[in-house]
Order: sequence, then C-alpha cells, then structure tokens
Amino acid sequence: MSENKSLLQLSAITKIFSRGTVDEVTALDNVNLLVNAEDYITIIGSNGAGKTTLLNVIAGVFPPERGGKVIINGNDITGLSEYKHAQYVGRVYQDPYIGTAAKMTIEENLAMAVLRGQPRGLKAASNKQRRELFRQALAPLGLGLEDRLNALVGTLSSGQRQAVALVMVTISKPALLLLDEHTANLDPKTAQTVLGLTEMIVQREKMTTVMVTHNMELALRYGNRLIMMHEGRIVVDLNQEQRTGLTINDLVTAFEQASGRRFIEDNILLKR
Amino acid sequence: MLSPMIQGILTTSISEGLVYAFVAIGVFLTLRVLAFPDLTVDGSFVVGGSIVAIMIAGGYNPFLATIAAFVGGLACGSTTGLLNTKLRLPALLAGILMMVGLYSVNLLIMGRPNIPLLREITIFDSVAMWFGTVRSTILVAVVFAVVVFIVFMILNWFLRTEIGLALRATGDNEQMVRSLGVDTDKNILLGCAISNGLVALSGALVAQNQQFCDVNMGIGMIVMGLAAVIIGEVLIHPRGVTSMLLAALTGTFLYRLFITIAFRLGLAPGNLKLITALLVIIALAIPFIRKKIRHEWMPPATRW
Repeated sequence: MSENKSLLQLSAITKIFSRGTVDEVTALDNVNLLVNAEDYITIIGSNGAGKTTLLNVIAGVFPPERGGKVIINGNDITGLSEYKHAQYVGRVYQDPYIGTAAKMTIEENLAMAVLRGQPRGLKAASNKQRRELFRQALAPLGLGLEDRLNALVGTLSSGQRQAVALVMVTISKPALLLLDEHTANLDPKTAQTVLGLTEMIVQREKMTTVMVTHNMELALRYGNRLIMMHEGRIVVDLNQEQRTGLTINDLVTAFEQASGRRFIEDNILLKR
Repeated sequence: MLSPMIQGILTTSISEGLVYAFVAIGVFLTLRVLAFPDLTVDGSFVVGGSIVAIMIAGGYNPFLATIAAFVGGLACGSTTGLLNTKLRLPALLAGILMMVGLYSVNLLIMGRPNIPLLREITIFDSVAMWFGTVRSTILVAVVFAVVVFIVFMILNWFLRTEIGLALRATGDNEQMVRSLGVDTDKNILLGCAISNGLVALSGALVAQNQQFCDVNMGIGMIVMGLAAVIIGEVLIHPRGVTSMLLAALTGTFLYRLFITIAFRLGLAPGNLKLITALLVIIALAIPFIRKKIRHEWMPPATRW
C-alpha cells in the first residue's frame, strides 16, 4: 500500500531514557511502522522489548527522539501533547482503574468520553439523546450496565470497569485504537469476555487497532498482522497470509531466528 | 417560641455562615472537585480585602472594587495553578509559597497593615441607599444571602456542563481525562482560579462588613474552610453536584453554630483557631479510627 494511504506512519522512532547517565536505556531503536486503515495488529515481545514505549509514543505520553515522526491520517502530530494525540488515538490501559473515573457515574464517564477531540463548552454534559446513545453502547456488553447509568463506576468490578473503559474509548470512534495488554489484569474468564467485546466492537466499527500483549496465543488468535519486538526493534512482521496456520512453536522459532537467541534463555515472561 | 438566646445564636451563626460561605465553597472546589489541597486561600482572602479596601478608600465605586477583588483572587489562583502544572511543584507546596508570598503582596497593595473603612461607602451602604434605608445586620445578611444564592446556582449549573464535568473528572482521574483529549493543566488552572476568586470575593465582602481590612485577617481561613467542608460531608454524605455544594454550605453554618455556642459558653476569642484545628483533626481522624476498630486496612497517609 502506498504511504499516503496508511493511517498511522511511524518513521525513525527512537526513544532513549536517562540519556547520558549510567542508566541509559534505548527503549526504541529506529522503529518504522506503517499501519493501514482497518488493520488489526497484535504486538508481542518480552518485558523491555519496547511495546509499551511504542504505544506511549503513539499516544503522545512523550515525544520520540529528534528525527522521529508520528503521522496519523496525514497529520504530523510528533511532539504534540498527549491530550492532542487523544483526538486521533484511543487507548485502553492494562489497569481498569486508569481508564475510568471511580467517583463519577457511568453516565458521567461516558459523557466525558463521547466528546473526545471536540471542543467542550457550557452545554449540559449529558442529555436525553446522549443517555440513549450510552444505553445503546452499553447494551451489547450484556452486563446490564445500560440500566445502571447512575451507578458510580467505583462500585463496579474490575471486569465491568474494563468493559466500561472499552466502551468509553470506542464510543467516540477514534481513528486508532490502542489496546495496552488490556486483559492482563483480569481473571481468565473475565479476560475472555472483554476480549470478545473488543473483537465485536473492532469488527463492528472497523477500527484500526494495535494490541500489545504478552500472550502468544492471543496474538495469533486476533488481528490480521502480527509484530514481534525485541530490544526496541521490530524483529518479526507477519501479514495475514504469513501468519495463517502458525502455532505458538512456530512463533518461538521465528523469534529465535530473528533475535539470534534461544527463546528459553531470553525470557520466560513470553507467556505461552 | 425559641428563647431569645437560641435565636441570637442562630442569627449570629447564619449570618456568619453566609459571610464565610464562599471560603467553604472555594475550598470545596479545589480540595474535593480538583483533589488539589490549595493553601493559597489564607493569602487570597486578604488579597480580596486589601484590593477592596484600597480602592474604596481611594474613592472608587464599591461594586467595581468588589469585582476587582474577585479578579485579584482569580490571578492568585491562576498563579498557584501555574506553579503546579507548569513548574510541577506539589500542590501543597505551591499553595504554601503563594500564601507566604501574598502576605507581602497584601502589604504592598495596602501600603500599611490596616485600612479602616468606617467612613467609606461600601456595597452594603449602596444597597441600603437604593432601598432608602441605612445598613443594618439584617440588610447585610440579605445581601450576603443573595450573593451566596447566585454563586450557588451558577456553580450548580457550571459543574454539570461539559467543561464542569471535565473539571470534576480531572480531580478524579487526571490520566483518563488527558487520554480523552482534555488539557488537564488548563482545568487545574481554571479550578484554582475560580476557587480563589470566590475566596477573594469573600475577603472583599468581609472587609466591607467589618469596615476594615487587616493584613492578618486571612490567617486560618483554609482550616476554617476545611472544617466547613468536612463537617458538611460527615453529616450529609453528599452524592452529586447539588448535595456536595449544599454540604459545603451546611458545614459552614454548623461550624459557625459550633463556634458561636463555644463563645457563649465563655471561649476566649484567642482560642478559636485552636478549637478549629482540633475540630478538623478529629473529623479527619475519624475514618481511620473507625477502620482500626473494625480491623480494616487503611493506606498510609500521603505525605504531599
């Protein structure tokens, strides 16, 4: 695909922490990535591979080193603050507590979320029309939350909160959806539910998605493209055809070849 | 029929409560809405008083002077907000620094530690003249009640608007708010500004009511505001914007009621600050003691 058709363009992204000290770490090392519209990319890699740093750069938490560029929908947003990136990028965090405001009601949380990227004024934050929209967005979760708009989010379980966070991020249909190990903190059953909801929303809205995970099985099951990172670089990049029929063992082999290391030595934290 | 003594106590605490209601509302806005413990209050209260005093003594219209005092408070709050958001000073420290610095600023504004307003025309005199009477305790109370009501209604509306909701969310979960595309720095600035604007307004009205402004009249204002907010919360358990605002107001009245009764029982005025401080300590320690008794876990107190 040509460059101008890609939704997200990362070029020459390097990120060095604690530069000039003994603690200097190159978290990202000249990463280039083109994400096409409606791509669903899964990124795997061991701890310290640079997955989360990459998401942080895309979300604008910090800028890349000089020379790197982050371009979304043709807009160069390199170096803009996080809240400006948020106009294009929605992110579901690993911790459900980060994605939701506990002391506000479900309705108020969604009323905050629905205005992503729009100017906020002195109109009432919620109204009948918006409440109806919130109910419609919550109903498919099957958790009964559409009837509990006035419940404080702090009274919900972690799984419910993560489901609300997911709806909050997607209700404004951001150009790019970032999933940052968003089921890692949930019990297996709840994780399954939230993953199912994610899949449903991503398919329904045809959202361009980047999911970071430690879990190889998830990385193979979801998405149409698989990226493996190692020491701040993209070492494996498989498209839909290439990854069809792959097993976890194939992935381990691919990782070993690409990184030139025995998988077992590298990091047991690459969960099977 | 209420006995004259109880009537007296109620009248005093209601009118005093109205006088200081804005301080409680200001503290509520920073501490509870923004989760920003802002100590600027002790300074910005006097900023309001000193601006109004120097302007009225200089012959300006008292309404103009009162508006100027409010604007002065906005500026104080904005500065505290800037210290916190742009220079990343912890909220408490930013407030303390402002409080200390503003003491000198107030001396600079007034040019001396005390300005009497006995012979000047305050907004209470102006209002009295409109109605063809002279100022009285009742009239002052009515003026305060009207202003408190107006501010209450405005805030009750504002905190439900899109901007108001973002302000509340900033105090609840700043990271979430940023990730939803809102400039949280701006919100903190806005909240601190409104809060200190109201506190300065209170200082301006208090100075006109007591007919002088003293550079020391702000000492302990923050603790008084805290006491009001906390007492209101303990009794009302507010949920939602209206009940939270009402709790702050109720807390102010109850605090004043408590103090008035204490005075009647022979408390020396000099002990007022100590009593207030003890009241806040008790109110803040209750949740911990309650959990301790029930063998529940409570996180260690934050140090900043």
